[in-house]
Amino acid sequence: MTTHALADSATMLRRQLRHMKRYPSLTFMLAGMPVVFLLLFAYVFGGALGAGIGGPTGGRADYIDYLVPGVILMTVAAAAQGTAISVAMDMTEGIVNRFRTMAISRASVLTGHVLGSLVQTMISMVIVLGVALLIGFRPTATPVEWLAVIGVLVLLTFALIWLSVALGMVSESVETASNLPMPLILLPFLGSGFVPTDSMPTALRWFAEYQPFTPVIETLRGLLLGTPIGGSAYLALGWCVVIALGGYLWAKKLYNRTR
Amino acid sequence: MNTRPPAIVVTGLRKSYGDKVVLDGIDLHVPRGTIFALLGPNGAGKTTTVQILSTLIGADGGLISVDGHDPAREPDAVRAAIGVTGQFSAVDNLLTAEENLILMADLHHLGRPEGRRRAAALLARFDLTDSAKNLASTFSGGMRRRLDLAMGLVGDPRVVFLDEPTTGLDPRSRRDMWQMIRDLVAGGVTIFLTTQYLEEADQLADRIAVLDHGKLVAEGTAGELKRLVPGGHVSLRFTDPTTFDAAVRTFGDVPRDDDALVLRVPSDGGVASLRGLLARLDEQAIEVAELTVHTPDLDDVFLAITGEPQHEKESVR
Repeated sequence: MTTHALADSATMLRRQLRHMKRYPSLTFMLAGMPVVFLLLFAYVFGGALGAGIGGPTGGRADYIDYLVPGVILMTVAAAAQGTAISVAMDMTEGIVNRFRTMAISRASVLTGHVLGSLVQTMISMVIVLGVALLIGFRPTATPVEWLAVIGVLVLLTFALIWLSVALGMVSESVETASNLPMPLILLPFLGSGFVPTDSMPTALRWFAEYQPFTPVIETLRGLLLGTPIGGSAYLALGWCVVIALGGYLWAKKLYNRTR
Repeated sequence: MNTRPPAIVVTGLRKSYGDKVVLDGIDLHVPRGTIFALLGPNGAGKTTTVQILSTLIGADGGLISVDGHDPAREPDAVRAAIGVTGQFSAVDNLLTAEENLILMADLHHLGRPEGRRRAAALLARFDLTDSAKNLASTFSGGMRRRLDLAMGLVGDPRVVFLDEPTTGLDPRSRRDMWQMIRDLVAGGVTIFLTTQYLEEADQLADRIAVLDHGKLVAEGTAGELKRLVPGGHVSLRFTDPTTFDAAVRTFGDVPRDDDALVLRVPSDGGVASLRGLLARLDEQAIEVAELTVHTPDLDDVFLAITGEPQHEKESVR
C-alpha cells in the first residue's frame, strides 16, 4: 500500500492540524513556557549574567542576544513534550487500533504526528522569536543566514519529534509520556544555552561541551549574531541526523510490534 | 449459493501470552451473508479472536482465512475486506461525527464528493445527522457506538467484526443497535459478533459458538443451544406453608425450596403454558404471593455445557 503513503500521510496531517485548530491553547501553552523563561532570564537574571559573560557592552541587551538561541531550543524541547503527549493519547484511545485494521500506509499515522508537530513547533518558535525581538533581540543575520537558521531548526525539530513519537509510544500512560521528554527541556541549561560552558566546573563542562544541544546552540548563535561557529555546524548536523534516524527506527519498531 | 470462499474459516487457532493459553485450538466456519455470534464470559478469548481475525495481532498457530485471505500473509487484502467496531469505541474525540466519517472516507481514497456523500448517508442511517457537527467527545454511549459502527462501514466492508457492540448500552440503544445490525446483514454483509448475552446472540445470530477458557464448548443455532439447557421455569413464591403444601401436591415432583416457600415449575415461558399453569392454580384456589418467569440465559447454557456457572457465585443475580 505504499502507493497511498503520500495521500494517507496528508490525511493524517489534516487530522493533526484539525486537532490543533480545535485546541489552540495547547500550541500557546507550548510557546508560553519558553517565553516565560526568556523574560525571566532577560529581566531577572539578565543584568547580572550580562556583566558576567562580558559582551561588547556587558549588559542586559548583550545577554538577551546571548540567551535567545538557548530559549529557541527550549521551545523545540517543549514542543517535543507536546508530541509525546498527543502520541500517547492517540495510542491509549481506540482510534489507532482502528487505523491498524485498515488497508492504509502503516507509517502514515506517525508521519501525520511528525508533520503536525513540526507545524506546531514552527508556530511556537515564531511566537518566541517575536517576543525576543520585542524585548530587544537584535540579530545580525543576512537572509542566507536566516535560511540556514530555519534549516537547522527544522532539522533539529524533526529529530526531536521522531524521538518523542517513540517516547510517546513507549509510555504506558499519558502521564509517563509527559515526563519522559523532561530532560530535553533541561538540556539547554546544561549546555551553552544560558551561560558559557567555560564558567562551569570540570565534570559539568565536559558534559555541556559534548551534549548535542551545545553545537546546535553555537551554530544558531553564529548564524544569528556572527560569533565563530567552527566545527559546531557539522557536529550539530551529525547529532540531528543520528537522533532523527534513531527516533524514527525506534518509533517504527514500536508501532509495528504485535503483542 | 455462490462459489466464493466462506467469509471466515478458522482451523485450530491458538494464541498464548507467555504461559497463559488464551485460545486453545478453535475452529470456526462462517458462511457469507450470515450473522455468527461468539458467545462467552469475560476473559474467554472473544476479543483476542477478533483481534487476530482483524489483523491486529498474530496467531501462534492454526489456519485462518478471512474473505479468502490469510491475515498473516496478506494483511492488506484482509483489511480491505473488513470493518471493525471495537468494545471501546474507536472514534477520534477531537473531531466531529462528520469529520470522523470523512477521515475514514479519505483513508479509503474515495475522493472528496463520494466521501461527503457516503458520510452524509451514514449519518442519516445511524440517526446522527443532527449531531453531525458536534465533537465525538460530547456524545452519549449509544451515539458513540453508532458512530463507531458507521466508521467501520465507510469502506463498504464485506465482513464486519462487532466486538461486544452493546455492552454498556441502555436497553433502548441496545435494541436500536440490534436493528441496525439486522439491516446490515440484509444488505449482504457477513457479521462476526461477540457477546456476553445469550439474548443478543439469540436475537441476531444464525449460528452461535460458545467460547469458554479458550475452547469452543458448543456450537449451533440458538434453538439447538437452548435444547442443551434444562429449560426455563416459572418460580412461584407462597406466603404460608399451608398453601405451599397445597401447591406441592398439585405440581408434584418439581424443584422446590422449602425454607423460602418457592416452587420452580418447568415451563417454556410461553403464554399457553402460563395460562395452563394459572388455570391449575385457580382450580385449587391456591394463592400465589409472587410469580416470576425465568427463561434460559447464558448462565444456564454455561451451567449445562461446562457444569459451572459463568460468573463467580456472588455476581449471580
